[in-house]
Amino acid sequence: MRSIRAAATGAVTLSFALAAAACGGGSSTGGGSNDSPKTLTYWASNQGAGLEVDKQVLQPELDKFERQTGIKVNLEVVPWSDLLNRILTATTSGQGPDVLNIGNTWSASLQATGALLPWDARNFGAIGGKDRFVGSALGSTGAQGEDPAAVPLYSMAYALYYNKKMFADAGIARPPATWDELIADGRKISAKGKQALGAEGSNLAENIHHVFVFGKQHGADFFTAEGRPDFTSDGVVAAVKQYVDLMAKDKVIPPGNAEYAQNQSVSDFAKGRTAMLLWQSASANLKSQGMSEDQYGIAPVPVQSGTPGTGTNVDSMVAGINLAVFKNTHNLDGATQFVKFMTSDAEQKILNTAYSSIPPVKSAQSDAAFNTTANAVLKDTLARSAAALPQVADESQFETTVGTAVKELFADAAAGRPVTTESVKAKLLKAQQQMPAK
Amino acid sequence: MTTTTASAGTGERTVPESSPGAARGPRRTGRTRRIGLPYLLLLPALVLELLVHLVPMAIGIVMSFKELTQFYIRDWSTAPWSGFGNYRISVDFNAPVGDALLHSFLVTVGFTLLSVGLCWLIGTVAAIHMQDTFRGRGLLRALFLVPYALPVYAAVITWVFMFQHDNGLVNHVLHDQLHLTDEPSFWLIGNNSFVALLVVSVWKGWPFAFLIVMAALQNIPRELYEAAALDGAGLWQQLRRITLPSLRSVNQVLVLVLFLWTFNDFNTPYVLFGRAAPEAADLISVHIYQASFVTWNFGAGSAMSVLLLLFLLVVTGVYLLGTSRGRKTADA
Repeated sequence: MRSIRAAATGAVTLSFALAAAACGGGSSTGGGSNDSPKTLTYWASNQGAGLEVDKQVLQPELDKFERQTGIKVNLEVVPWSDLLNRILTATTSGQGPDVLNIGNTWSASLQATGALLPWDARNFGAIGGKDRFVGSALGSTGAQGEDPAAVPLYSMAYALYYNKKMFADAGIARPPATWDELIADGRKISAKGKQALGAEGSNLAENIHHVFVFGKQHGADFFTAEGRPDFTSDGVVAAVKQYVDLMAKDKVIPPGNAEYAQNQSVSDFAKGRTAMLLWQSASANLKSQGMSEDQYGIAPVPVQSGTPGTGTNVDSMVAGINLAVFKNTHNLDGATQFVKFMTSDAEQKILNTAYSSIPPVKSAQSDAAFNTTANAVLKDTLARSAAALPQVADESQFETTVGTAVKELFADAAAGRPVTTESVKAKLLKAQQQMPAK
Repeated sequence: MTTTTASAGTGERTVPESSPGAARGPRRTGRTRRIGLPYLLLLPALVLELLVHLVPMAIGIVMSFKELTQFYIRDWSTAPWSGFGNYRISVDFNAPVGDALLHSFLVTVGFTLLSVGLCWLIGTVAAIHMQDTFRGRGLLRALFLVPYALPVYAAVITWVFMFQHDNGLVNHVLHDQLHLTDEPSFWLIGNNSFVALLVVSVWKGWPFAFLIVMAALQNIPRELYEAAALDGAGLWQQLRRITLPSLRSVNQVLVLVLFLWTFNDFNTPYVLFGRAAPEAADLISVHIYQASFVTWNFGAGSAMSVLLLLFLLVVTGVYLLGTSRGRKTADA
């Protein structure tokens, strides 16, 4: 009796504990094949204001592709919160899409997994050659010296969006060109009882994009030339502090924005609650939220002094989406054809117009649709003053650790705790220690 | 004919030894079949159990001994063995990874104890008050169960909206209407996030305690209370001497289940805070998720999971042993 009870206790204990923790998966190897030449699965990223918008934009084009080639494309639009996890799961299991969109900053990280088809000279030849693409966009397709892991699909750049009426009400004649001017203008707007600048304090990727640009403006990089993390140099600390100080010291970012992570800052701007927004290719998004194009102006992101350019006058990351082919595809030829179709001049014009982005394909970029004032700012930025995020294998870990550090600093600032050089450095040191050991 | 005689002859010769054997032969297979049948019927369940529980567990444990980073996830077999490397990093409390894990573990323990305690307390109090019949009792009972029945995501995302700094309901009531705080508080970032997490967890968890205790109360004989009342026992005495001892065995399971659920809860903190939880509310499940999925180090994540498994195994074992021994002496 006693032993039965002991056994029962043990069994119950074990089954509870077993139920509590479990994980698993499978492994796979091997390259692509042409086993199923009539279908393709395509994972698109969420570029429009909602997943439905993307389906409406993409489906007619996919139908066109089917009429041309007889290949049916099964479309799935994956939200950003899931996309990287889905790609990792697909990589681990070997069961994934044939063609997929990736954020261009992930290129080097995903390249290191070996899950994506390398775009060597032969593969590029099949889609019209590497020279069709703009140089800055190609700079964000994988580690230097290796064959790109993906080809550029949409290019985007950061710009300063400002509410024309709120600027006029505050007596501001032209958009700020330097951070000092932005802070001064922000004070004028605050004096009218309005919020000056919107930010997305709990969104790790947004934080990274901004501190990367501030880093460039301070002449600092987050990674050494050998690809090692270097988060605590004076330049990086000053850069991160300057960004957080926009809330902590200069008070142009309202404290409530510290907890924003679901693009609330875009809604705030669209509803006229904040006067300025630093965002990438926001036009389509603002339009869908009911803000018409004549209500806001677009200017380059401010710099420390002078005008945007290279070196310390960089004012944007090279933002964008790349198109990749999954190495385990069962329709390699079809996937290549699909990439060729999506990067063709005609499709590039249609898709980039719909998403208010800039085509990374040279011949499509010259089209009149991309010469409007709004697009001219973005195009100039991409051509002259944008820099690619570090193309290192640890990029996605960098986004998480440093992005979290900035999020915590914003939380400090919002709660009224001091943000000092020391506190910034301490957070960045912690982030650096959490990076994978080499 | 010859063959028959031959076999009969040999048979005759060997009968004394082989006859019992020959006779036992068919009987044994019959018995094996009889005994084997239940095992055969159990086989599908066993295979499923292996597939669903044990094989993934074993793979998880194997993973924890590998250096399974982004460079190897495509083909696990190429990942180098790291021995106890992942475990060493996880429990080296002087280094940042171990320190963060320890901090997260302590936060989780504190959070779990508070949450389970409050869930049990509120659930039990509510169940006892719902014992006597009164108008609207059924309605109240149903209402109390709503948080438990709601889909987790829908319920928690509603709390996220309520906890927002600028236009959330919580700040509107606490600050704008009751003027309890000097300025609107942040609930989703900073130190208050622990309180926010606790509130949502208790709100979500107590109806289960309520349900279980309510069911257990139905089984306490009315006569006990009547006899106690005759003996002059007050309400408090009845509660202490009859209700709580009768609930003992139910409470034992209830607290254990609540503990394991709360300790491992992933959905609530993930929906509340996203993939980077504030330090004050950095629960271990999200922490391990971040260590494996977000930093792409599945070996380290597995090692932490195995450590968590061992901890829960020990806690559950000690708890069950302790409580069942206590009950035995009480019974005697």
